[in-house]
Amino acid sequence: MAHAAAPRQAGFADRNFKYFLVGPSILVLLLIGIFPLVYLLVVSFQGITMTETDTGFVGLRNFAHLFHDQRLWEALLHTVIFTAIALPIELVLGLAMAQLFLDRMPGRAVFVALLVLPVVVSPIVSGATWSLMFDNRFGPINQILGWIAGHEMPLLWTINPHLVYPSIIAAEIWQWTPFMFLLLLAALANVDKSQLEAAAIDGASYWRTFFKIVLPAIWPVMAVAILIRGLDLFRLFDIIWALTSGGPGTMTETLSIFTYVKGFQQFETSYTAAVALLIIVLLSVVVFAALRRVALAR
Amino acid sequence: MNSLHARRRLRLGLRLGAAAAITLFFLFPVYWMFMISLKTPDEIYSYPPKWVPGQFQVGNYGVLFKDGDATAVWHSLLVAGGSTLIAMFLGTICAYSLARFKTGGEHLANWIISQRMVPPIAVVFPIFLLYVWFGWVDTYVGVILLYTAFNLPYVIWMMRGYILDIPAALEESALVDGCTRWQVIWKVVFPMCRAGLFATAIFTFVFAWNEFLFALVLTRTEVVTYTVQVTHYFGGQSNFWAKISAMSVLGTLPIFIVVAFMQRYLVRGISLGAVKG
Repeated sequence: MAHAAAPRQAGFADRNFKYFLVGPSILVLLLIGIFPLVYLLVVSFQGITMTETDTGFVGLRNFAHLFHDQRLWEALLHTVIFTAIALPIELVLGLAMAQLFLDRMPGRAVFVALLVLPVVVSPIVSGATWSLMFDNRFGPINQILGWIAGHEMPLLWTINPHLVYPSIIAAEIWQWTPFMFLLLLAALANVDKSQLEAAAIDGASYWRTFFKIVLPAIWPVMAVAILIRGLDLFRLFDIIWALTSGGPGTMTETLSIFTYVKGFQQFETSYTAAVALLIIVLLSVVVFAALRRVALAR
Repeated sequence: MNSLHARRRLRLGLRLGAAAAITLFFLFPVYWMFMISLKTPDEIYSYPPKWVPGQFQVGNYGVLFKDGDATAVWHSLLVAGGSTLIAMFLGTICAYSLARFKTGGEHLANWIISQRMVPPIAVVFPIFLLYVWFGWVDTYVGVILLYTAFNLPYVIWMMRGYILDIPAALEESALVDGCTRWQVIWKVVFPMCRAGLFATAIFTFVFAWNEFLFALVLTRTEVVTYTVQVTHYFGGQSNFWAKISAMSVLGTLPIFIVVAFMQRYLVRGISLGAVKG
């Protein structure tokens, strides 16, 4: 069927039409798809820093340094922590919300339309919003906590080492739970009703029905949602930049923030190239494995 | 009978209550940002914080326009608009080729979508060095080209899905009727997937509009977008709150309005086409 529209009249231009259509896009994609890789490969074997402009090759020195760089591995650990905490919470909350909104109720469309809004706010703006909300004196969060506690609660959310993780994760969850919610709501609406009715007639419990019928039915969508959010969390930058910029110290530094600081504040050009390569390799492994399993690649 | 009715009403009441509470929670930060932008600077720093401004005033916005900071929104519009138009055109014809001629097979399609997943931080560093070399830092050409490249995988992937959804029969008969191949694309394919084109363009626009990291690295003064402009008010004296909030609202409000009309396409758009919604 695909070739049903294949050329009838021959001729060079006609036979190559399909490549003309693809060509420009591929050319532009090389800018982010191939060029950076090649460039990083070359630069990461050199010894360029802010003060050192000699482009001589230094072998594997930068890569060897990767293994000794405690700050780098801590940044990776922070990234993993953020992902491991935020992603399951977003998933479970989103699923629970989708269940709640699945059946008809008055004003449902309005609720869903309003709930979507956080997803389309720029992450840097939501970070800024939450940093105003978390302000120890003029923010509403400490105010509300004060009402509950009955006395003033001047908590330093974005500075106190015990509170920075909860505050970043709160902002992250606020922004992206609606994303999970929307996708899972659509998936739940597509679950075969007759199967649910049959289960109800057989007297299956709620949880049994959920695990035996609902979960397998929505799993393909769930997997895509987890993949998309997982990749986003891996590159987490904006919200943290607005809330803590990686601080206090380097406590909330993610891989993205670490790389930014190395490359654009400390100008360790060659070393940053090695870090960027490491990130690409780490991610390629994950993406490659995930893409094969997920419904995205039909 | 009556008690069953009552129980059902109680259940609905509970669900409605929970739904309203959740919606309020998710709306509150947005509300807070809007309210701060409407307070006077004095009122922003009143303790305890007020949840409703004493008087609504737009002076904070006036300051942004007077200082010329509001041009950042204009930069965002040009950059996002320009890159969306280019990415939509290039991406759609590429998607057409992938969908109808299976150009490059599954490998090419998968390579393209995998480009969507490349972390920006790994790419932006070499791109920055390249742009320094070309003199493209802080230029429209540079930013639009990068946004185009970054959004192309999305456009191609989404449009491929939309084109696969429409039957090829019309295109064949148009060819038989003597249309050239370009005419087929222009007069048959584009109109047939108009809704998909529109929805994909909106999302592409939103991604570019909201983007921060590339803009942070690649702009200085000439092409500063609103997301970077917001961060210019960070860190210094906290009396910049008025500007942070007003600039944020200027950048967020247009998106809210657009999305209000996009509900039908939202799920498919944000799930990279995995859910038809």
